[in-house]
Formats: sequence, structure tokens, C-alpha cells
Amino acid sequence: MSLSVKHLLGIKELQKEDIQTIFKTADNFKQVLQRQIKKVPVLRDTTVANIFFENSTRTRISFELAEKRLSADVVNFSASGSSVSKGETLIDTVNNILAMKVDMVVMRHSASGAPWFLANHIDASIINAGDGINEHPTQALLDAYSIREKHGNLKGKRIAIIGDIMHSRVALSNIYCLGKLGAEVMVAGPPTLIPKNIEKLGVKVEYDVKKALQWAEVANVLRIQLERQHKPLFSTLREYALYYGINKSMLEGLKKEVTIMHPGPINRGVEINSDVADSKQSIILDQVENGVAIRMAVIYLLSGKKEME
Amino acid sequence: MKTLLDTKQLEITLQRLAHQLVENHLKFNDTVIIGIQPRGVWLSDRISGMVKAITGQKELLYGKLDITFYRDDVHKQGQEMNTPTETNINFSIENKNVVLIDDVLHTGRTIRSAMDALIDYGRPRSVELMVLIDRRLTRELPIQPDYVGQTVDSSTTQKVKVYWKEKDKKDEVVLIDQK
Repeated sequence: MSLSVKHLLGIKELQKEDIQTIFKTADNFKQVLQRQIKKVPVLRDTTVANIFFENSTRTRISFELAEKRLSADVVNFSASGSSVSKGETLIDTVNNILAMKVDMVVMRHSASGAPWFLANHIDASIINAGDGINEHPTQALLDAYSIREKHGNLKGKRIAIIGDIMHSRVALSNIYCLGKLGAEVMVAGPPTLIPKNIEKLGVKVEYDVKKALQWAEVANVLRIQLERQHKPLFSTLREYALYYGINKSMLEGLKKEVTIMHPGPINRGVEINSDVADSKQSIILDQVENGVAIRMAVIYLLSGKKEME
Repeated sequence: MKTLLDTKQLEITLQRLAHQLVENHLKFNDTVIIGIQPRGVWLSDRISGMVKAITGQKELLYGKLDITFYRDDVHKQGQEMNTPTETNINFSIENKNVVLIDDVLHTGRTIRSAMDALIDYGRPRSVELMVLIDRRLTRELPIQPDYVGQTVDSSTTQKVKVYWKEKDKKDEVVLIDQK
């Protein structure tokens, strides 16, 4: 079974069945990653370009490993040190890369909507690795996959997304993804970091982090994205940590276990304390591990689309 | 449509295959059975059960292998991407005698893929092949089975269909003419 889409631009455009197909395929890749030979020959005929106009550690390494473990050829491009600084446009940059017989593009860009724009102008399949404050679909898929691994079927599960909702593409993709899978979602954080009218996406809103944790089975804690905040939205990081940061004593007061997630990079001592991030109930490193299997599944399932057009 | 094996004949054939396997491997100390997903596992489920009954062993190393990522037609024009089934090999195949099991041997391409997949799990001492039906005239690769339920002379326009009680409510093998 193939996916209903040619590109993975956002979770918004996926069907529930697409997500389930990705999970089922990832199950198999996860098993491959536990072998001594962590590689399959399936994409020997495919070349993938990783085009990153924004910084990344996890996502870029995760995509590159996924591609290599599928036996695809990989080229990496980052905006710094490229001809982008000489004034080359996005379409020109990508078309020049594609002229060298590249089949797929994985792109991260600081402008929201950039992958959709690109999809209208080039033939290759595009995977969005994060666009501005819009979507980060593979992160949402691996988050949901990690919850499924720990708690089973997501239907009816209570997931709280806590922190900088406003500037987080992870939050938006998670809201779409969890919603499609039937989970209940709550967003929590300071009012200045929660967009107005977000209830229209079918989520609950809570401004008291402790209450959100009391409600939730799983808490996905997000980083404060200072680089995207162009005006002061809270007074100091210390104050944020005091009122909205998650620490051990807060969790112990709940008298129940909440699974803790974080998409990384962590600002230790701000949105989450080390005694929580490194605790037993944290599945942060499982998320990273599952990321490779999920990305392998997405790349594999989209790779069939190039000749169908 | 022609019946190749009815319920009774299929039962006798399976018993013979299981006995041949035991004859060659006796104690199954260094032998493992691997069924090829998705359709070969119905046969390997039966054979492994019969081998246990014959030898009186409670434990038998038995796994299932998915070959989706090793196929040679992944990006063939107009073909949908296959979603994999489960691979379940919870033991090392290093230095073991592996018996690969599939229901129908046709072009040999599935078995080629299965051998490539298998070797990524370790280096077996030997690999043998058991099939229920050997369509000997339509081979595209130099692959031959070691244990055969029935040899059938068929053309590429025909199709062999194997029905299993567990999923199809009957045990039967038929040869179908396609237009």
C-alpha cells in the first residue's frame, strides 16, 4: 500500500491510514536497526538531497542515517557556505541540485510554507524537515509512534503539549497527528506563548502546567524558542522555569506517572529539569531512536512516487 | 481450474515433507526453520508443528522472514510500494542449517531476495529450500528446491493458488488459467 500523498509536507494533508502505514513500515525498520547489519538494499537506485537552510543536529543526522540505512546515496547541503549567500533563489538552488540526478529532497527552511512553494515548482518528492513555525511532520510521527510504543493505541489517550506553543512547528504537527489518531490533546503554557483561537484545532487550553500534568498521561515538553521571539513574551528564563518548568518534586506531587517527552534540543533547567529529563519516566532518547525508523519508513514509502508521475 | 492437491492429498504431502526434513536433520540441534512472509508462513507453521510432533521436541528454532526490502522490483514502473509484514527471528542463524520454506516456487526471485535478507542476519552453515509446489518450467534464476511437495508443469499465464484452513476455511491447491 502506498501513501495518498506524493510529498510529506505536513501532517495536515495526511490521512489516518497514511499514518498507520508509516507506523507499520517503521515497525519493520526498527527491527532492522536492532540487527548487527543495520542496512537494507531497498533504495540503491535513489539519491536524496538533505537541504538545510536552518540549523539542526538530531533531524539532520537522523535523516542522513535513515537514508544510508536504506542504501540511498546522500548529498548534504547547508545554507551557510553555499551560493545562497551570493543571492541564488530557493528554486534555482534546488533545481541545480536536482539537475545532478537527485530523486528526493529533504528540506528545512525558516520560512513557513517554503516546502509547499517548492512542491509547486519541482518534480521530485519533498519531505518537510521543519518549516518556520508551521509544521515538522516527521517529528510528530516519531512522537506519536513513541507514545504508541509505550502506551499502545492512541485513541482516547490524554497528551499535554507544554511550553512555547506559539513558535513551535512540533506543536502544530503533533496537534494534527494526535487528533487524526483519536488522542485528546491539551496545550499548556503562559498565555503569551499560546496562539489565540487554538481551541479551533480541537485542543484544550490550560495555563497552569501542574493542572495539565494532573490531566495528562503523556507530557510533550517543548523548548522555548528564543530565536523566533522578536518581542519579550515573558520576563526572564528564571521566571519561566519557576512557573512553567517541570521538575521532579512537581511530578512527585501528582501521585501518578506521566510519560515525559521532549523533541530536543533541551534547555536544561528552563522548560525541564535534569532530574526529569534523565528520569525513568522520560522517553526522550527512545524518541530519537524511533526517529530513524520513522524517517526510513517515510522515505521508503515516498520513493515509489517518482516514476508514477 | 484444476485441483492439484485436495485436503487429503495435501495432508499426506505435508506429512511426507515433515518426515523428509526429520530424516535429514534428525535432532534439529543445529537446524532452524524460516518461513517466508507472507504466504510461506502458513506452510512453515504446519511443518514446524509436524516436526515437533514427530521428534517429540518442545522447542524448535522457528522464525519468519519478510523480504520486502530485498526485492528486485521495488521501483518497477506503475507498481505500488509494498508494506512489509513482520520479521520475527529471535535467535542467531550463525553456523546453523537453515531450511527456508515457501508455498510456491515460480520464478525464483523471491528465494533470491530471501537468501540476501537471510545473510544480513548472520552466516548460516547451509541453506535448504522447501516448497509445496515447484513450477519447474517458469524459473528465471538458477534456484532449485531440496524438498518438494508436488512438481507442476505450468506456464506464466497460469496461477497456482494455495488455500489454508486457518485463513481460507479449506485446505486445497489449485491451478488457475488466466486470460
